[in-house]
Parts: sequence; C-alpha cells; structure tokens
Amino acid sequence: MAEVEIKQENLVYAKPELITDNVMHYCPGCSHGTVHKLIAEVIAELGLTDRAVGVSPVGCSVFAYNYIDIDWIEAAHGRALAVATAAKRLNPETMVFTYQGDGDLSAIGTAESIHAAARGENVVAVYINNAIYGMTGGQMAPTTLLGMKTATTPYGRDPRLNGYPYKIAEMMAHLEGATYITRQSVHKPANVRKCKAAIKKAFQRSMEGRGFSLVEVVSTCNSGWKLSPVASNEWLEQNMLPFYPLGDIKEVK
Amino acid sequence: MKGNEVIAHAAIRYGCDGYFGYPITPQSEVMETLMELKPWETTGMVVLQAESEVSSINMVYGGAATGKRVMTSSSSPGISLMAEGLSYLAGAELPCLVINCQRGGPGLGTIQPSQGDYFQAVKGGGHGDYHLIVFAPNSVQEMHDHVAEAFDLAFKYRNPAMILADGAIGQMMEKVVLAPQRPRKTIAEIKAECEAWAAMGKPSGRGRNVVTSLELQSEKMEIINRRLQDKYKALEENEVRYEAVECDDADYVIVAFGSSARICSATVEMARAEGLKVGLLRPITLYPFPTRQIAALAARGVKGFLSAELNAGQMVEDVRLAVNGKAPVEHYGRQGGMLFNPDEVLEALKEKLIKK
Repeated sequence: MAEVEIKQENLVYAKPELITDNVMHYCPGCSHGTVHKLIAEVIAELGLTDRAVGVSPVGCSVFAYNYIDIDWIEAAHGRALAVATAAKRLNPETMVFTYQGDGDLSAIGTAESIHAAARGENVVAVYINNAIYGMTGGQMAPTTLLGMKTATTPYGRDPRLNGYPYKIAEMMAHLEGATYITRQSVHKPANVRKCKAAIKKAFQRSMEGRGFSLVEVVSTCNSGWKLSPVASNEWLEQNMLPFYPLGDIKEVK
Repeated sequence: MKGNEVIAHAAIRYGCDGYFGYPITPQSEVMETLMELKPWETTGMVVLQAESEVSSINMVYGGAATGKRVMTSSSSPGISLMAEGLSYLAGAELPCLVINCQRGGPGLGTIQPSQGDYFQAVKGGGHGDYHLIVFAPNSVQEMHDHVAEAFDLAFKYRNPAMILADGAIGQMMEKVVLAPQRPRKTIAEIKAECEAWAAMGKPSGRGRNVVTSLELQSEKMEIINRRLQDKYKALEENEVRYEAVECDDADYVIVAFGSSARICSATVEMARAEGLKVGLLRPITLYPFPTRQIAALAARGVKGFLSAELNAGQMVEDVRLAVNGKAPVEHYGRQGGMLFNPDEVLEALKEKLIKK
C-alpha cells in the first residue's frame, strides 16, 4: 500500500509525544488508553516531562510504564500512594502521581490511600473505577454495583453476601489534607475534555504544594462487563453514573 | 547512649536521606530520637511516621527507587508486615536499610529480646529467591558502625540490607564513639551514581527508567533471577564478616551472633579458666554467612560446635551445613524473651559435646 502523505494543514490529531510506540495490551474499548493519552498530553503541556515520576499499580495498568515515556516506579498491589509519598517528599521538585485501579486504591490499598490523603501529600492519584477486577478475569471490586454480575458474584452482587459498594472519593473529601477531589469519565468527547482539565488542575496543584488530589475516572471494562465497547459506554451512563455522579466533589481554593 | 538512640544518630551522621517508620516496642526510640533531633532542619533528612509497617517499607521502596539513602526500623511482628516489601525491594534491586530489633515470637509474643527471626532475615521472609545483606551487631558501638557499613554494601550491590539486632542491644546503654557528620549526597552525586536505574525524572536524551520487579516472560525472568544469584555469589565471595575469639587452638567452638555472642564471650573466658580450649566464632554478617571459616575450623580438627542462639535452633542449620559432618554440631538456646547466662552455655557445651 502506498504511503499516504498527510499535509500539515489537514492534520487534526497526532499521537502525543510522550506516548510510546509500544502496542497497548488493553482491550479495544477500554478507558485506560484514553486516560493514558490525557496524562501524556498534560505532562508535556505543563513542561513536566523531565520532572514527572509515575507510580504504576498492580492490575490492568501495571504496564502503564510501557506506554508513557517518563520515569516510573512499579509499586506492590495497593501501596502506590505510600511509594509516591516518599518519592515526592524526598524529591519535592518532581511531579509524582499514581495511576491505580479500584481494586488497588480502594480495596487492598485503602489504608495507604486514605492516609496519604489525610497527610495532605502533594501527589495526585488518578483512580480508574470500572467496578471490576479486569486483570484477574473480572472478579468483584469494592466498587461493583449491587446486582452486578462478576466472576465472584455470578448471581449478581448481593449486599447480604457481598456487602455494599463504597465511594472512596466522597470519603477522602472529608479529609483536610485532600484538597481537590473530582470524578470524571472519558466515555464521550466532552467528558474526555473535562477529564483532561481535571488532570491538569490536579498536576498543577501538586506542583504548587496544595495538598492531595484524587481524579477518579469512571471507566468501562467491556471485557469484564461482557459488553461491546459501545454498549459499555451506554451501560456506564445508565448504571455507573447514577451511583458515581460526575463532577468536582471538593476543591479548596 | 541506648542502642536504638544511636541508630538515629548514626543515620543522620551517615547522611541518610529519609526514615519512614511505625512505632513498636522495643525499638520505638529510633524514631523518637530522630523526631527530637529534627534532622530536616540540619541535614535535610526526611523523617515520617507512617500508618503501618506495610506503608513504611513501601515508602522506603519509593524513596530508594529515586536513588536516595532511606531506611526504616521495626521489631519482629512489624518485620513480618514488611516481608512483602522486602521481596519487592530485592526483586527491583533497590538499596536500603531495615533494622529489626527482635523480640520473642511467634505472634504478638513478648517484648523481650529474642533471635527467633534468624530464618526470616537470612532465608528470605518474603516470597521468591532472594537474600538480604544481614548484619548482627553485638554492642551499641556496632549498632552505630553497621548503619554506615550496611548502607555502603546496600548501594555497592543494589540490595536491601538489614541490621538484625534484638531488644537487648536496642535497649542497652553503652559509651559510643560517633562518626563525624557526612554531608548528604547532592543531586549531582545521586545522578552520577544512580542515573542508570533510578526514577527521578527523565531528562531528554536518556531512555525512561522503570523501577520494577515484574517480568511476565519466563525466559527473561529466569535471566533476572540468575543475575540476582550472581550478585549473592559475589556477596558470599567478598563480604563475609566475622570475629574469631580464641579459635586458633580451640577444641570446641561456640558459634553465636549478636547479644548471645556477647554472653558467650564470657563463656569462653570461664572455659579457658577451667583449662578447656573453647573458642567463639561470631558471624558479624549472617548473610553472607562465614561458611568457609567454620568449615576450615572443622577441617582443622575442632571436636565439636555449639550454636548458642536465643531461639529453638535456627543458625545451627547453617553451622551444620558448613561443618558438613566433620564434627558434631549441637544447639543450645533459650526462647520467649529469656536470655542465657555464660555458665548455662558452658554447662550445655560440656553436656552436649565434651562429656560425650
């Protein structure tokens, strides 16, 4: 096939400079790719490439370090915000953020997450909430909705058996050290733009030493949800957003 | 100065960049002393009380991943909580210092001294094939000296190091000579030393640094494991530290470390006064272990070895492996926070080895 020449004036979209050429392992339709792109764009736009340190979690995004071309630290499951705490305190000139799923940040890492927020660490947690454990094959997460079917709730999440889902963003908003808590999504172009603005604000606040920020991104996991990408976006709007409403939860000016 | 207090002074004077810890008896004086000394106002050292030992060790991981000299301290139950983090530190080849001021176990156990964590410190403790570099101080002065030695070895080999002390050494008060204050490493020095691997922000022109212990391809993971094993072999070749007391002509050798070695040095004096040729071999590094030195004593014709430990018999296994059947190897120990007296050890030596 002949190579197509794109004229500069016709170019409306390009891969962010900080996104590597590695082939992403994420499933088609997954929100991770979009959020990665936003982070890569924001870091470059803020001129933080040589000062950014990402902390990647255990979960689907364990390989985030293969896709965004900055320095990374791979943390043990749930411990990302403890790792980030020390990295930032010892290197205040760097911009330290964690990238964590709901299992990582709000199940096994609850203590590390809450206490990093409570101490007001100048770091950002980008929190991907897709209400399921994607990497291990679609088991129940702390964020799994009532009635939702997963590999470990095959008849739907029943609060008598499996307890209730919880909203760690609202919990963190009560903490004085947490100064910017927001919930976003990337299922529509308008939401992608809002999400990018939120990530940018959070990164800027961390560099200004204004305390802890959480950017929750209500996300799809079409493989885990066993829906097509398009149907996943619809399911997210109909089921996830009523329980996890979008918007800023707290912003200390 | 108390053993625990001297750790704090030694860390500051070494130029340590950060301490992250959680209180637990009998080592809480380490962080208390640091907080009182306020090194962030002098050397710039960061001191932070974490919400748990799990968090402390992961803060150590985060700090070490940026090329800084960081440490934590705890006691037995807290070290168990750190086991996961220690495995990750070893897997990601991160240098750091961990102090275990041991207390009696298992479980919540007691707050009195013990050496029940020998296996945990020397054989792993966390998952996977790895080793910590393990120092065993027998005095407050060595508590001080081992901070610098352990940090230096940790950085030389990019491997976590542990000082395996116990409640007796931590709480004991002795005179100590403090090292002169060294400046903390500058950013330029850290870059020169750690730019090849540490995550401190990627300048244009170099590839990104990723600190990780993850590799899903088995072929590659095996290569990483082999590299780790080569490192451990180099440690075994080059870094064994021990003290031999009256071993040259000894018929019987007591092998003991830390506080129990201190007690056993009196046993040696008592035995010599009775005309018994008894020596003491004191491993200063428990990993790497003085295997060859003990083997040489066995080859020389030592008639028996007594491993005297404050546990049910842990190091005795390594002594047996070193002696390799050439002489009898017995164990004498007390547990649950109890110490032994020098005469008790001599009695055990006579009963288990000399009278036979």
